Amino acid sequence: MTRGLTRHFTSRKQTVEAVQGLDLEIGQGELVAFLGPNGAGKSTTLRMLTTLIPPTSGTASVAGHDVVTGQRDVRRAIGFVGQGNGAGHRQLGRDELISQGRAHGLTRADAHRRADELVADLDLEAVADRKVSSLSGGQRRRLDIAMGLVHLPRVLFLDEPSTGLDPQNRINLQELIQRLHTETGSTVVLTTHYLEEADALAGRVIVVDHGRVIADDSAARLKSGLGDLVRLGFDSAASVDRAAARLSRVPESRVDVTSESVDLRVKDGSAMVGEVLADLAADGVPPTRVEVARPTLDDVFLDLTGRSLRETQQTTDPTATTRTESEVAA
Amino acid sequence: MSTFVSDTLNVMNRELKPVWREPMSVVFAMIQPLVFLGLFAPLLPRMADGSALQWFVPGIVAMTALMGASFTGANLMEEMQSGSHERQLVSPLGRPALLIGRALKEVVPMLMQVAIIVAVVTPFSFDLHLGGVLVAALVLSLFSIGVGALSFALALASKGQDWMFWTIQQTLLFPALLTAGVLLPVDGAPRWLEIVSALNPMTYVVDAVRALFAGTYPMDVVAQGVAGAAVVAALGLWVGVRAMRRSS
Ligand SMILES: Nc1ncnc2c1ncn2[C@@H]1O[C@H](COP(=O)(O)OP(=O)(O)OP(=O)(O)O)[C@@H](O)[C@H]1O
Ligand SMILES: [Mg+2]
Repeated sequence: MTRGLTRHFTSRKQTVEAVQGLDLEIGQGELVAFLGPNGAGKSTTLRMLTTLIPPTSGTASVAGHDVVTGQRDVRRAIGFVGQGNGAGHRQLGRDELISQGRAHGLTRADAHRRADELVADLDLEAVADRKVSSLSGGQRRRLDIAMGLVHLPRVLFLDEPSTGLDPQNRINLQELIQRLHTETGSTVVLTTHYLEEADALAGRVIVVDHGRVIADDSAARLKSGLGDLVRLGFDSAASVDRAAARLSRVPESRVDVTSESVDLRVKDGSAMVGEVLADLAADGVPPTRVEVARPTLDDVFLDLTGRSLRETQQTTDPTATTRTESEVAA
Repeated sequence: MSTFVSDTLNVMNRELKPVWREPMSVVFAMIQPLVFLGLFAPLLPRMADGSALQWFVPGIVAMTALMGASFTGANLMEEMQSGSHERQLVSPLGRPALLIGRALKEVVPMLMQVAIIVAVVTPFSFDLHLGGVLVAALVLSLFSIGVGALSFALALASKGQDWMFWTIQQTLLFPALLTAGVLLPVDGAPRWLEIVSALNPMTYVVDAVRALFAGTYPMDVVAQGVAGAAVVAALGLWVGVRAMRRSS
């Protein structure tokens, strides 16, 4: 689908390499999430794939058409929900849906029927006949998504579709995307900062950072390479040390120590936890608290880049510094 | 129906929706010319035949057309900022249709405004020559399409930076009005001003509209007016379509 796709921006004599030599093959019917922090190049990639901006170098084809030489054909085949609001603020929601349908060549009657379907599907009945500027952020977002679905596109691009949605609507959106995907067999490419969302939605997760792909795999496999986190709490520092020494013998694992707990990162940790508890009890240091966490994509990101997606949060998180210190000590 | 025609109609209909829904917005958009009319009309020299008002009103009409159409790029700018312009660029709508549909729409508010002005001044000893007014409306339609297209081109070139759009629009607006002889006659002006005036296509549009509003049909003046409006329209559409093709 893309070959060496590259895009530079030059502003104020500075060149930003927003996307650097992307090579990707996305098959018909895949559901793919681009995951990456702000400025990673997700939107730029989508803007090239949707014909909005030409690549600086490299080529890409979407639905069998080149994004530069076959722009019209690409546009006919795709749906695009950008990062902004697709619906004009001075317009009525339903009018925008109809006009979008007409733009894709639907007859007047079909465009009306399709608009009604989408209004019902996205729970927009109460607001579809109001001026778009009067809608709440989440309602506007749902309208944007409806606009992208008007013509049942073969390939659907969604740039941060869930931004501004409350948890309930986020789940509704995930269901909608999955339903569209299974019913029509459309290819869906979305971007997100939400680790859970990429995990819950996409069969394939492409992690991007500084314009490059740093991982491309299923969420499950990205995570399984990392193992589960078993956090064991103890009542004294002595117990912590003793337990840490004991746990360091677990094969293919990593042990991190904080002031009152030991973090054991190991593959299939959830299955091993019984054995570990029994072993520690036998050694005279039964843990007082146990937590088992499946790795999140945040952990994946940290592992791949050495930076967390939640950098700012991390620096204010005291346990993070403690952990780093103990790593240095070890 | 060809894709170009249906795309253009789609774009035009979409742009017209807010106009039909909120017709009062058309009145608000012409507050400035109405204020000019209200303030200047009492100052006009009192001629026995009322010819001063007869001379002044067509100028206000042309001013309204110029202002309304030159502001219109602001709507596109808003759509560029919100993301709905981007959404339309990704749709199969042709680039020329996106520009031309918008420019054609300018005719509707302009005609509504001309009707309002004529309705306002007719009770005040203004001699209405309906035939001439209708022909003038045709000339002004062509002119509005061109100015509207130029305004959209300016919005696209400003890439959503408000200050750039408004600075350029305001800088060009009043010189265009004054050198076209909208508010004061340019006769007897210094030589350089006469040259600028002769180069301003709006001058010919205003002259033609004045003749037509007076119920006269001097062929050369009307033809020059049509030509002036056609030059603006051709230039506007050419620049506008180019800007739209480059938009991303
Ligand atoms: N038009 C532009 N001119 C200059 N630089 C740009 C332009 N568009 C994007 N960039 C730069 O390219 C880089 C990638 O931006 P992009 O919008 O693709 O990131 P993103 O992954 O979508 O981020 P976010 O999660 O914040 O939406 C950023 O450094 C951005 O500043
Ligand atoms: Mg983005």
